[in-house]
Amino acid sequence: MSNTAFGTANEDNANLSKSDSKAVRRRSLALLGSLIRPVRLRFWLTIATVVLSQAARVAGPALIAFGIDHALPALRAGNSLPLVLAGVAYLIAALAAAGLTALYVTSTAALSQAMLLDLRLWVFRHTQRLSLEFHEKYTSGRIIARQTSDLEALRELLDSGVSSLASGLLFMLFTAVTVFALDWRSGLVVLAAAVPMFFLARWYQKHSQMAFRQSRVVSARLIVHFIETMTGIRAVKAFRKERENAGRYGELAEDYRRATVRSINLNGVFQPGLVLIGNVCVAAVLLFGGFRVLTGDLAVGVLLALMLSTKRFFQPVDQMAMFYNSFQSAQAALEKVSGLLEEVPTVRPPRNAVELRDARGAVEFRNVEFRYGTGPLIIPTLNLAIPAGQTVALVGQTGAGKSTLAKLIARFYDVSAGSVMLDGVDVRQLATADLRRNIVMVTQEAFLFSGSVADNIALGRPEAPREEIEAAAKAVGAHEFIMELPEGYDTDVNKRGGRVSAGQRQLISFARAFLARPAVLILDEATSSLDIPSERLVQSGLAGLLRGTDGTGPAADSPAADGTSRRTARTALIIAHRLSTVETADRVLVVHDGQVVEDGTPDELIGGNGRFARLHSAWKDSLV
Amino acid sequence: MAKQSSFFRSVSRLYPHVKPVLPRLFLGLLSALLASVVALAIPQVLRGLINDSLGPGATVEAVWGSAGLILALGVAEAVLVALRRTFVINPATTVETRMRVSLYGHLQDLPVSFHDRWGSGQLLSRAMTDLNFIRRWMAFGAIMLVVTTLTVVIGVIVMFTMSWQLALIFLAAAGPVMVYGFRFRTRFSKVARRSQDQAGDLATTVEESVHGIRVLKAFGRSREALETFNGQAEELRQTEIAKARHQAVFSMVVTLLPELALGAGLVTGIMLAASGQLSIGSLVAFFATAAVIAAPVEFSGMLLAMALTAKTALDRHFEVMDSQNTITGPADPRRPADVKGALSFNNVTFAFDDAPDKPVLEDVRLDICPGETMALVGITGSGKSALLQLVPRLYDVTAGSIELDGVDLREFSVEELRTLVAVAFEDTTLFSSSVRDNVLLGVVSEDTDTREKILAEALDTAQAHFAYSLPEGLDTLIGEEGLSLSGGQRQRLALARAIAAAPAVLVLDDPLSALDVNTEELVENRLREVLAGTTTLIVAHRPSTVALADRVALLEDGHIAAVGTHAELLAGNGHYRHVIASLETEPRDLDSELSALDDAEEVSR
Ligand SMILES: Nc1ncnc2c1ncn2[C@@H]1O[C@H](COP(=O)(O)OP(=O)(O)OP(=O)(O)O)[C@@H](O)[C@H]1O
Ligand SMILES: Nc1ncnc2c1ncn2[C@@H]1O[C@H](COP(=O)(O)OP(=O)(O)OP(=O)(O)O)[C@@H](O)[C@H]1O
Ligand SMILES: [Mg+2]
Ligand SMILES: [Mg+2]
Repeated sequence: MSNTAFGTANEDNANLSKSDSKAVRRRSLALLGSLIRPVRLRFWLTIATVVLSQAARVAGPALIAFGIDHALPALRAGNSLPLVLAGVAYLIAALAAAGLTALYVTSTAALSQAMLLDLRLWVFRHTQRLSLEFHEKYTSGRIIARQTSDLEALRELLDSGVSSLASGLLFMLFTAVTVFALDWRSGLVVLAAAVPMFFLARWYQKHSQMAFRQSRVVSARLIVHFIETMTGIRAVKAFRKERENAGRYGELAEDYRRATVRSINLNGVFQPGLVLIGNVCVAAVLLFGGFRVLTGDLAVGVLLALMLSTKRFFQPVDQMAMFYNSFQSAQAALEKVSGLLEEVPTVRPPRNAVELRDARGAVEFRNVEFRYGTGPLIIPTLNLAIPAGQTVALVGQTGAGKSTLAKLIARFYDVSAGSVMLDGVDVRQLATADLRRNIVMVTQEAFLFSGSVADNIALGRPEAPREEIEAAAKAVGAHEFIMELPEGYDTDVNKRGGRVSAGQRQLISFARAFLARPAVLILDEATSSLDIPSERLVQSGLAGLLRGTDGTGPAADSPAADGTSRRTARTALIIAHRLSTVETADRVLVVHDGQVVEDGTPDELIGGNGRFARLHSAWKDSLV
Repeated sequence: MAKQSSFFRSVSRLYPHVKPVLPRLFLGLLSALLASVVALAIPQVLRGLINDSLGPGATVEAVWGSAGLILALGVAEAVLVALRRTFVINPATTVETRMRVSLYGHLQDLPVSFHDRWGSGQLLSRAMTDLNFIRRWMAFGAIMLVVTTLTVVIGVIVMFTMSWQLALIFLAAAGPVMVYGFRFRTRFSKVARRSQDQAGDLATTVEESVHGIRVLKAFGRSREALETFNGQAEELRQTEIAKARHQAVFSMVVTLLPELALGAGLVTGIMLAASGQLSIGSLVAFFATAAVIAAPVEFSGMLLAMALTAKTALDRHFEVMDSQNTITGPADPRRPADVKGALSFNNVTFAFDDAPDKPVLEDVRLDICPGETMALVGITGSGKSALLQLVPRLYDVTAGSIELDGVDLREFSVEELRTLVAVAFEDTTLFSSSVRDNVLLGVVSEDTDTREKILAEALDTAQAHFAYSLPEGLDTLIGEEGLSLSGGQRQRLALARAIAAAPAVLVLDDPLSALDVNTEELVENRLREVLAGTTTLIVAHRPSTVALADRVALLEDGHIAAVGTHAELLAGNGHYRHVIASLETEPRDLDSELSALDDAEEVSR
């Protein structure tokens, strides 16, 4: 791990140092290898079909030769059997060639699609696993670039490369044998051509590697910019950023073009270079053979055969160049993909998880310190205990660290020091499933996925039946507006929930959390865009949920609430700027610069003369 | 045949793009043709040379001469191959880049309603994968298709000169191949299109899964997300395999039929030769030619598939390019002589594209005086944001009109209008650049000092002083590629951005929702000064925000139900009290509230 190109670090750099270059190349090849391994049988079968179909194809001309050389004289002599034989054999060869061709076309596709699917899922799973810390700097655009244009490069290699390589190599092998059989001295001349070819290939490899890397880097940049523009299109338009964007995109597109042209031009030297070497070699064999014909060492017929074979020997070189080209391209792409796969999530599930199916919901911060990455300390030493069932309101200035505290409980990030405990168990000791079942957070941004309203709510608990989804929506007061949508619960909310208003988005996210019924519920300004009546509805729904007396029909028998001991109350952490929410809490924490500066019941704090009292009176004033 | 013209119609749409580079493409084609001619000629020349010049008693010079000739031909082949690339690559990539840039430009132009419908993955796959493919097809596929077709045609003609009977047999195979080719074309195009669309959807899913990663993590739903993705990826795989199967069958037909014809030709030819109707020389020459065109014929399956894929890619490209931008300025835009900022909504009706029969706003009438601050109040989903977005023409009114200083918004040039109007959206979008660039986004002035002053002013008004203490101060990179900020910090920057633009009309969509009470108060105090001379339309959910406004408009059921000061509405409008008043010190009297609601139907004019 000592090299600087580990993971996605240095990803945007195309000019790697020698050792880095070697390292990324190795990991790219390793990735290719591990993709082939599960499908190796199919891989070899595909190659076998290619070879066989090639053989069937070669049989055709041989049969024609047989027909002209043998069947024709035989027919003249009155024997039609050889002709029939030749005809039937030709028929069989044609059928075999056609069948095998079809087979290898489908087989290649099956092979390449299996590998692509494998890699797609692998990348997807891995990006889901990576922590927020990673996502915050990597951007969605890059991940999309990895999943689309990089995979496309691999696909090109798999679709065309393998078969041409296999058949080409085999073809060359056979012709080489022929050449050697005819005249080993000329064979040596042909072999000698491998030396300049090797150097040419070396040269090409070195330069094209850089070119393709460059091309990957630039195309990712292009994609990042594209995605950013399209997701922020409203702001782009409102602030007339179009021209600036077009300029930037034009530059990037031109960079991309230049990178592409550079790689194609390299191939444009490589491929004709190989052809040239081949042709020069043919001329050399002719020269060499010609003199020996003069001295009588070589028969003219042999020379002719030799020349034709030599010429044929170099025919697949074209294809090989193409293969090498796509190989280099795919390799550069896999370097990036493997880098992404190499990233280790900083928030990892534990090796030996402590089981905690149904937590009571006691949360504790013990000597917690936290900073984002290597940034400044956001939370300096925090000790805090929230007993199970308590409703805690978290207030404080913007940027005070409220969301950060909440995200630590939900283990979006791991603490830099100390520990966060749930029921006395460090959250780092909990299996992901247990953690997520017990702690659910409604984030500040109400994100909806494209898909129906019901699907979006069901994200809270995918196995929930429709009645429970509707009950959750009713509980937060979202049912009415959902029913007014054209297709009710089945209405597609469009990308990012663009089909519904901001407040409606918050209601839907709220219903999600409602459906999940966790032991600890964290609400990060979950009602900030709501009007006051809706907020009130949400609050009463929330109060019901938190007391365990929501009475929303069948949902009340959720796993956490069933059995003999009906749960008493859930723990809730509510971040809100509107203090109406806060008044209903059991306890208020005032956060300032990452520290809890006041702690008490709402009444106590309002009665005092601290920050909260001031805040509260300011808020009261603001209401009229 | 209608279908066939559609292939040419699709491809012909490339023509305007390709026109300037046509000569070079043609030269590329010529080089490719010559290269294949030379490649074919070399064996013939070799045979001729060896048989004629290098026979017994040949001279040293003859050997040198022959080798020289072969060398020259070989060099020529290599040079022609290289030439083909040089001729074609630059034009093809230039066309590709130009199309890519114009697609992007067009996408930026297209109205928001278009983007509501289209996932960014779909658009991305058009901009990257499709155009890459089109480029490769132009540089390789199309040229090879022409070369191959020519080779086959010439080959068949040559075959006719050798033996018309055999050539006819060979040609007989062409009939079924062509018929099958038509069927293949329709089927394959359909599948190719499906696979491209599915790939686009897959990219959209990836994008969503990354943007929504917090939600997925918060609920621990990565597995479900993976399953959805798996389902889609699996569908794509199936489509790709179906595509390959079509291609396989076509390759089979295209290999089999000519081969069968040749087999029949072999038998017939030998019988003809045996009966003396055909010379052995012609027979040999016939099959030699057949061997030459066998490879191109087989190749044609791949080339045809490539052409069809390029066609569907082109269709997808032009599908977007053909979408009309409905929000454009007139040819001769007007603007008021003096922009004061009087904004009036005249009987505005607005319905979203996907729900045309359910207008969100109906017959909205509202006048905002220059310099006035008007708060817009209404319950969730009442259409406040929709109304606001009409002002910078992110959407256009369905009926009625909005006028700025007496000029219909649609008579302004769009760019001008958006300079006059600045917006802060309810969900903040910050771009990946420095704090400075983000805040100064809408500022027209080029002067550095002025800009710095505006920046400082705007940050101060929005209480965004935290920006100075970021790691690199105002040059800190934020946005998706930069530092993440807290919700309130983002919102304040977005507010600062709107203020910095110093517009005639300021449109603020619930701009203080993520701020705590203290900060809110500070912002409001400063904002009040700034807003004094600016016409402002501000969505408010809280009384504190309403306090900023001179008057309040209440939006109810798509109408402006009442306009007045906060106190007036509070006193006279039950619905208003219902929406905005959170203090319920005295018990509510619902009945009188409801009757008050009816009284308040006095619509402003
Ligand atoms: N992902 C992040 N990476 C780096 N710094 C961050 C990140 N998220 C927040 N911060 C910083 O940490 C500090 C606390 O942020 P946090 O989001 O916890 O504030 P908050 O109290 O929730 O504020 P708000 O009320 O505005 O949402 C802020 O200074 C913010 O800029
Ligand atoms: N793209 C769209 N297509 C169809 N209907 C939409 C679209 N966007 C919003 N709507 C609907 O139009 C109505 C008004 O939405 P709008 O966003 O204007 O509400 P709002 O008043 O701003 O609400 P909020 O206070 O929650 O932000 C809502 O009922 C919403 O469901
Ligand atoms: Mg926050
Ligand atoms: Mg809104």
